Amino acid sequence: MNLYGIRAIYKFEMARMWRTLMQSVASPVISTSLYFVVFGSAIGSRMGDIDGISYGAYIIPGLIMLTLLMQSISNASFGIYMPRFSGTIYEVLSAPVSYVEVVLGYVGAAATKSVILGLIILATARLFVDYSVLHPFWMLAFLVLTAITFSLFGFIIGIWADGFEKLQIVPLMIVTPLVFLGGTFYSIDMLPEVWQTITLFNPVVYLISGFRWAFYGVSDIHIGISVAMILVFLTLCMVLISWIFRTGYRLKP
Amino acid sequence: MQPDISVQNLSKTYEDGFQALKNIDLDIQKGEIFALLGPNGAGKTTLISIICGLVNPSSGSVKAAGHDILRDFRAARSAIGLVPQELSTDSFEKVWNTVSFSRGLFGKAPNPAHIEKILRELSLWDKRNSRVMSLSGGMKRRVMIAKALSHEPDILFLDEPTAGVDVELRRDMWEMVRKLRESGVTIILTTHYIEEAEEMADRIGVIRNGELILVEEKTRLMSKLGRKELRLHLQHPLDTLPPELVDQPIELSEDGYELIYTFDSQQEQAGVALLLRTLGELGVEYRDLQTRESSLEEIFVGLVHHD
Repeated sequence: MNLYGIRAIYKFEMARMWRTLMQSVASPVISTSLYFVVFGSAIGSRMGDIDGISYGAYIIPGLIMLTLLMQSISNASFGIYMPRFSGTIYEVLSAPVSYVEVVLGYVGAAATKSVILGLIILATARLFVDYSVLHPFWMLAFLVLTAITFSLFGFIIGIWADGFEKLQIVPLMIVTPLVFLGGTFYSIDMLPEVWQTITLFNPVVYLISGFRWAFYGVSDIHIGISVAMILVFLTLCMVLISWIFRTGYRLKP
Repeated sequence: MQPDISVQNLSKTYEDGFQALKNIDLDIQKGEIFALLGPNGAGKTTLISIICGLVNPSSGSVKAAGHDILRDFRAARSAIGLVPQELSTDSFEKVWNTVSFSRGLFGKAPNPAHIEKILRELSLWDKRNSRVMSLSGGMKRRVMIAKALSHEPDILFLDEPTAGVDVELRRDMWEMVRKLRESGVTIILTTHYIEEAEEMADRIGVIRNGELILVEEKTRLMSKLGRKELRLHLQHPLDTLPPELVDQPIELSEDGYELIYTFDSQQEQAGVALLLRTLGELGVEYRDLQTRESSLEEIFVGLVHHD
């Protein structure tokens, strides 16, 4: 195991985060705060409780998930896309690091950033609404697992993308709608029955539901199914990445 | 002695069907400076890229420092430093950090003293806290060399190291390459500048259309394929070549003041003596004469354009 190699990539990527602190930390915190102000305080105060939880508190897990998914994907995809774009990837490819080590470095850093960000947003939420965390261990576990899974997904996008447009398209066109339709702002019980069934094909529903369970002990879907779904997605991403490195897809001609 | 780099039957066909390398066999000995010459698109960079792990080989095998580059990639790659042709740098990083990053990436424990030594040798020490993007092109090239040397490789690949580099840096680079060789590093360089190969290389390989058409010691190559030229500056101009000389490889310059005689350097020197004697008999007087050996460049052009 080339530990120095993993550390070098990890440190490099974390340094990138500090360099772009405004973009990587401040902007998601500000936009989530706006959600809390508008939906949590302003509109939320006029809404009834859902599952016995005040609306402002109800949307916290979903909003954290929204940022977590978006940031994991964009951090990880950018992290591997940039060296491909600038050509500095040559050094990683010629170094004595295995693909597992490369992934650990890049994805590890991206996931770390997302988890830090998730916790910052959780702390920020305190300024706007009152909430409690029923299962702190599971809350953290969900946070970390989701960050890792979607950083892996972002890594795949960063390798697949051959232009900045493609890099943006998946988070914007696919992930945002999935999160908004995934029960961030409502319980899926509130949807007409047909839409409830359709919603079950949205993987984000399972994440948000599970995460909300960790906070308040209530969920649309059984927690076991949520955990299983995230593990399935994690495995899929890992299989895809191992295929990428085995074939050299978009990395080695 | 086991070769430091051993390429056997290596071929590469890209996905679009372009065959970049055809059955390359090449051994490079430890501590030698090997120059790979060839026109653009001949396969030089593909060959280097395969050895360094940037391109997958289609068939054949490569060993670096005794280790198979695929099966034993860690050991093989640890021994190799690569300075690619393109100036690809992390613009936002500081010089010190980017060079230290490379050392870590190659699995070596931090060693600030070594990084300092490299930066000083490459005249980068004053720039160690500058961001890479603020450096000139030549300085960026030095940074890339520093990165390649950061993990103390035994084998160094320089792909067109002096392309677009000013004279001073080129001299520095030659100096550095010589020093590295003295410390036992094997150096493989590709170049367009034949004078570079002529100046530095021990052996030369010429690659054309993906085939290694020749591998030879530089001195032997030059004597084997080199041509010599004898120029005679005449006292009085000639209108035409004397009939006695017409069937010889002799030309008369346009102003009639110069006779140019070309011959293989391997050939017996008798040709020159005979020529001079003939001229004496004809009463052609000359005031000066000079001989010149053809440069590697001329040899190279002759080889590459010979079909």
